[in-house]
Amino acid sequence: MDNYINFGSKDTRSGFGEGLTELGRNNPNVVALCADLTGSLKMQDFKNENPERFFQIGIAEANMMGIAAGLTIGGKIPFTGTFANFSTGRVYDQIRQSIVYSSKNVKICASHAGITLGEDGATCQILEDIGLMKMLPGMTVINPCDFNQTKLATIAISEFKGPVYLRFGRPKVPNFTNEKSNFQIGKGIILKSGKDVTVVATGHLVWKAIQAAEEMKKHKISVEVINIHTIKPLDNQIIINSVKKTRCIVTAEEHNYLGGLGESISGMLSKTHPTHQEFVSVNDSFGESGTPNQLMEKYGLNKESIIDKIKKVIKRKKIKL
Amino acid sequence: MSDIKELENTVIQVRRDVLRMVHKVNSGHPGGSLGCTEFFVSLFYNVMETKLPFDMNGKNQDIFFLSNGHISPVFYSVLARKGFFPIKELETFRLINSRLQGHPTTHEGLPGVRVSSGSLGQGLSVSIGAALTKKLNKDSKTVYVLLGDGELQEGQNWEAIMFASAKKVDNIIATIDLNKKQIDGSTDDVLSLGDLNMKFKSFGWEVINLDKGNNISETISSLKEAKSKLGKGKPVFILMKTEMGNGVDFMMNTHEWHGIAPNDEQLKNALKQNPETLGDY
Repeated sequence: MDNYINFGSKDTRSGFGEGLTELGRNNPNVVALCADLTGSLKMQDFKNENPERFFQIGIAEANMMGIAAGLTIGGKIPFTGTFANFSTGRVYDQIRQSIVYSSKNVKICASHAGITLGEDGATCQILEDIGLMKMLPGMTVINPCDFNQTKLATIAISEFKGPVYLRFGRPKVPNFTNEKSNFQIGKGIILKSGKDVTVVATGHLVWKAIQAAEEMKKHKISVEVINIHTIKPLDNQIIINSVKKTRCIVTAEEHNYLGGLGESISGMLSKTHPTHQEFVSVNDSFGESGTPNQLMEKYGLNKESIIDKIKKVIKRKKIKL
Repeated sequence: MSDIKELENTVIQVRRDVLRMVHKVNSGHPGGSLGCTEFFVSLFYNVMETKLPFDMNGKNQDIFFLSNGHISPVFYSVLARKGFFPIKELETFRLINSRLQGHPTTHEGLPGVRVSSGSLGQGLSVSIGAALTKKLNKDSKTVYVLLGDGELQEGQNWEAIMFASAKKVDNIIATIDLNKKQIDGSTDDVLSLGDLNMKFKSFGWEVINLDKGNNISETISSLKEAKSKLGKGKPVFILMKTEMGNGVDFMMNTHEWHGIAPNDEQLKNALKQNPETLGDY
């Protein structure tokens, strides 16, 4: 399980698009809504194959969330599609009252999450969405790491009853997970076994965590890499078991450290198994314009940052907690 | 079908329920509740087909959404008296551990409630979604929704109004409780709604003007007229003029009773004006 190869880089949003198309063919109750971003969200195939089950809402995200809530009454499974910023921050109250507090089976599918939205800049990027969504009681939050996992997650959430936030991105990134694996909501995946340090990553940072682990091998440091695709509910046990062995952890995500996966993990570990932790995340700031790669470098969301944090946290192990 | 006299008796009993509910907990919204009592009784006792036990999916049933959730007292009273839940439960309104939350919610599993409301401006979108599902399911029943006039100041409504006509959602009847009052004063003073009739028509909706929304026969006849206009490519609005606090003289002609409860003496006076008909809870 330790060697991963890139089958060919693809965008995670296309994984969503393919998953949705497959759902359109196999589940007559699946309906899709989009707020004028059908191409960006890769929803064209679903739309073309199921015009009666596709709702073009226009640039009106609040209305989209309300309509999605209503569509569940009578048994439909609505998938909404727009950018992560417009899927969460813009419509927080609609999601909160009409969807989550009302226990509606809506799947909020959000593309262009994080900083890798790129050139459009901070007004269209969002680095707070995981926090916003995970704070809602009863919300499930999923952030898959590559094309294959996003496709599997899209299909899996259709079979899960309850509101879900599915977060994915814009750029082409390595596609390395098994397209035939079983996607289990709420279950982390050990990608590499190790004994010196645990690296827990989500989304686009998972591939970078694997690369960091491979480089650390040269320095005789054994890194356990865990892919957490479901941020809520968090797979506490897989993390606790790992840090019992490694006694330190680095978390990596394309999100603000406030409200992110790292914060969830530190909160959980402080109650169960206090552990030295370092964060690879955005340090409480907005993004800006630039290419996705430039931005990931500038904001320290890369292999080098993970390696730095690994070294730092291993040193901290000497300090007794 | 119930005759008008019977419905009027029900209205009086519902008024009593509303007044007693808000008085007991010294909170809640009697003004709008009393203004819409005739509407709720007309809809639930005459116009709409309701089925028990309550089924969230409401397939092949008429369904109703309350967007202006603060008038929960009248909604709860009518649901209870129609048998959705025990009438006795009305005495738990706004109390801790109750299913009768201050604003309606599905969270506690109260039969008859299909979506939570309270934060204004969301009900029309939800009802459009439910209407679209009815179309997909080849379900010919109707979706009803009630909105306050003040909440038309929320922009989401106008997104929904634009959508429903553009996409020909012609199985929905949206009623506006046009009492022209909101918390801070008259809607004209706070933020004028302008000519709603003209606005709705220009947005592509059918509009029915119900000038006497506190008259049972006229309310029923407007709702029926609205129903006759469905299925023709346009959604339907009813502009229902009502009197906030209707049926209690000192609560009428003022916005003051939007969100405050009567004291003991005021309750006594109000109940005297509405003598018991079906029996108090």
